[in-house]
This record gives sequence, C-alpha cells and structure tokens, in this order.
Amino acid sequence: MKESNMDGLQTTATETEQQLEDMAKEMRLANDGLMEQDKGYFCDVRPHRVEPYKGIMESFANWARSQSLWILGFGTGCGAIELRPLMTSRFDMYRYGIQARPTPRQSCVFIIGGYASVKTLKRIVRSYEQMQGPKFVLGLGSCTVNGGMYWDSYNTINRIDQYIPVDVYIAGCMPRPEALLGGFIKLKQMIREGKCEGMNKYIDDFDWYKANQKQIIHDWNMPDYNW
Amino acid sequence: MNEIMTKAWYTLISLFVITNYGLLLGGTMARVRAKVQGRIGQPVWQPYIDILKNNFKRTGIYHGVMFYLGPVFRLAGGLGTYLFIPAVYGSLVFSNFSFSGDLLLVMYFIFFGQLGMALGAGQSGHPYSPLGVSRGLAQMTAFEVPFALSVIAIASQYQTLSITEIVAAQQGGILNWVAFTNPLAMVAGMISFLGMSMGNPFSVVIAPQEIPIGPPTEMQSSFLGMLQTNRAIFNGAKLVLFMNLYFGGATNIGVMVIKTFLIYLYTVIVDASFPRFRTDQSIRFFLGIPALIGIAAVVLQML
Repeated sequence: MKESNMDGLQTTATETEQQLEDMAKEMRLANDGLMEQDKGYFCDVRPHRVEPYKGIMESFANWARSQSLWILGFGTGCGAIELRPLMTSRFDMYRYGIQARPTPRQSCVFIIGGYASVKTLKRIVRSYEQMQGPKFVLGLGSCTVNGGMYWDSYNTINRIDQYIPVDVYIAGCMPRPEALLGGFIKLKQMIREGKCEGMNKYIDDFDWYKANQKQIIHDWNMPDYNW
Repeated sequence: MNEIMTKAWYTLISLFVITNYGLLLGGTMARVRAKVQGRIGQPVWQPYIDILKNNFKRTGIYHGVMFYLGPVFRLAGGLGTYLFIPAVYGSLVFSNFSFSGDLLLVMYFIFFGQLGMALGAGQSGHPYSPLGVSRGLAQMTAFEVPFALSVIAIASQYQTLSITEIVAAQQGGILNWVAFTNPLAMVAGMISFLGMSMGNPFSVVIAPQEIPIGPPTEMQSSFLGMLQTNRAIFNGAKLVLFMNLYFGGATNIGVMVIKTFLIYLYTVIVDASFPRFRTDQSIRFFLGIPALIGIAAVVLQML
C-alpha cells in the first residue's frame, strides 16, 4: 500500500514537472527570425501584464501621467510635419506638459503620423515595444484609420490598430495642429479616467498582434518582443 | 548622540529645501527660455510632475548591477557636492558638513557623479551612451582647468581651502567679494560655470537632437526619476558653490535665493543667445582664453 502510494506520488511529481517544463517552453518566445548564434543576445521571455494600482493611488498616478506626456520623436509619415508647429511659439505644446523625447525608453506617447509603410511598420513595432509602460498611441490622420488615400497601396498598411493598440484617432488629411492638440486633450481625459490600458491589451492579445505583424513584415529578423 | 540627531535633522531639512528650490528653479528657467522663444512655456511645477510620472512607470528595463548603481553614484555625487558646501553662512541648519578642506572634496564630487554615470551608461550597451559620456568627460576635463586655476587663485588669496572661511573673508560689503577683490579669478570661474551647467554653447554633451540625449539614453522609469531629482540637487549645489566662491555667500535664505537665481539667469541668458560648439571647439575654447585668465589670476596672487 505504502509502496504503491510512493509510486503514485512519484509519477504525479514527474508529470507535474513535465507539465511545468512544457508550460515554461510555451511561455518562451520562439525568436525564429534570429540566427542561432544571435539568439543568446536577446531575451525570450514573454511580456507580462502589470495590473494598475487600486483606488486613489492609480487616480493620482494617472493624473501625473496625463500631465506629463513625452512624445517619441519619430515621425513615421507625412503627418510628422504637423508636430513641428506644435513645439514652436504658435501652438506651444509645452503649456500642456507635452515634450518630445528622442529615445523610446523615456517616452510614453507614440504618434503614428499618417501612412505606415511596411518598412516603417517594423520600426514602429520595435519602438513601441521598447517604450516603457504605460504607453499611449495617437493615430494621426486618416491613413491610420483606414489607409486613407493609400488604402489600396501595395506597400502601406491600412489599419494601424491591427498591429499596435491605438488610444485616440485624429481623423483628417492633414489634421491641423489644433486637431492634434484636441487629440492630446482627449487622450489626457482618457488617461485620467483610466481608460488607456493599451499596453496590457497588447500583452493580453500578444499572439494575435504578433501574427498580424508577421503576416505583413516578411523579413522578420528581430526578436519576437523587443525588450 | 543628541548632537548627531540634531545634525541629521538639519541635513534633511537642508536637502529638502535645496531639492525643492532646484526643481522650482529648473521650472522657472524653462519658462524664461520659453519667453525668449516667444512661447508661454511649461508650468513652473512641471519638473515635479515629470519625476512623479517617471516613478509611477509600471515597467523598467535594467542591464545589470552597474546600470542600477549609475544613477545612485550620480545622486551620491549631487548629494556629496551639496552636503559639503555651507549654503547659508552662519546658519546652523544650512551650514551642512563644511570643514577645513571641503573645497577640494567638492571639486572631486563634481567629477564623481559623471564617472559613476559613465559606468552605468556603459553597461547599458547603447552606443550613444558612451559617446555622450566621452563628450561629457572631455568637456569636463577642459573646463576644470580654468575652474581649478580660479580656485587656486582664491585659495592663495585667502590662504585657506575651507569654503566657510572664504565666505567669512568676503563679509562686510560688496567690495569684499572675490568678484571685486580678484576679478580675474571670478571671470575664469564663471566661464567654466557655463561649461559646468551644460547650456549653449556647451550643450553638445546632452545634445537633445543629434545623439539621443547622451549618457542617460537607456535610463528610463525610476532610474530617470532619480537622475532628474539629482539634477535639481546638483544644480542647486553648483549655484550655491559659485555664490560662495565669488559673490560673498549668503547670510540668509532670501539672499541665497536672489544670488543663485541671478547666477542661474546668467547661464540661461548665454544659453538662449548662442549657438552650440562642437566638443573639440569647446575644449579649445576652455584651454584658450579662460585658462589664460585663470593663469593670470594665479600669477597675480603669487606676485
């Protein structure tokens, strides 16, 4: 009786170990696009969800986030031209706590400035993943909504939100800087209300986003998640 | 024991005041720059919100132990610089840990933070970080020359290496300030201060556009929050040091605020008026006329 119990326990333990190993394997990213000798340089851990704080703490954090929006200085399309007047004296975005930062590590707002070509999409994905959460995405111009005038182009994507989560869209071709400021004010309001959980959405639907991205980007020679 | 506790409390109060003063001063000067450019500018309290935001970030990437320690060294450099300078002459609370050889220690601490940052930034593996660090250290080595000469001139003038004694010797009227008793040392020192505050024309170290922001390129989330806090403390410490060395120090907080504000305003005026030097140009600049002025100041003292 005792022996069979021990056997049973041992079998269960081995099975559990096996299951855990399998789970750990599943949790790892394949990084198929990388060459074998390069794999060691990159992280293969899946990104994990970070829950917001609760109650007044999160409200306070969200207030601070909404008052200090740092844009990634990466003009992805022709819409980036509308960002320049925002910085200078006519529109002066600094009044609203908006600044430009040159590195994705420090910025929290990514403005997709119009059409995104396939080549740019790869850089958009890399930059978006390198930004530290919580991070917000503004889709500027009609091209980000449905492709706009490029909707049947062979080399641009139509809907940016199939590849990264978007918080606010600003329609128009081109939207004026006032419209962009309006978009920022809407974004601030949404952040304060706790509605901008794009990063957690990206992580929850990670496989879906990755499948979409890989469908478009054929020369995928980067890790599956850019830490 | 009681004395130590009292001193600890005074230190905390002093640090609290200089941190807040540094942050508000940073916010105010951003507004001054905005006015020069015809803008309204960010709110004065924006630096507080930025630090809060960075510390509330949910994720952060680290690259190893030195990456953690880099901002810590930088903060230690800022704290070290401030804590050995008497902020207000004759005040118990703001005299900090000033002692007889503090001037040398402070000059070392000004360098220390940048060296710590170099180690941290190096481990991040980002090619732009060492690039920014090497530019920063090269420029720092260059502006240290006129600054050190100026300090040597003042030290030989008053026969002391204690900042408190240098301030004490300048009391009793505006004409007793080093700015008037030893104008060459003041000029050399104030030119090197432009390099130390890294505004234009010496801003290529943190060049915000060409190399993405130099040493702190990979620093994010709370690492960056710590660096921003340190920037406020370090700025305050440098302003107080230059006020003590050249402009007679301060006998109360009000005088300190006015003098340091004006010294900072001087760097902002230069910053807003001039284009930028390349690193080699700024090195040549510091080793040229400012160094000669410094040598002249020392020679005149020795005669």
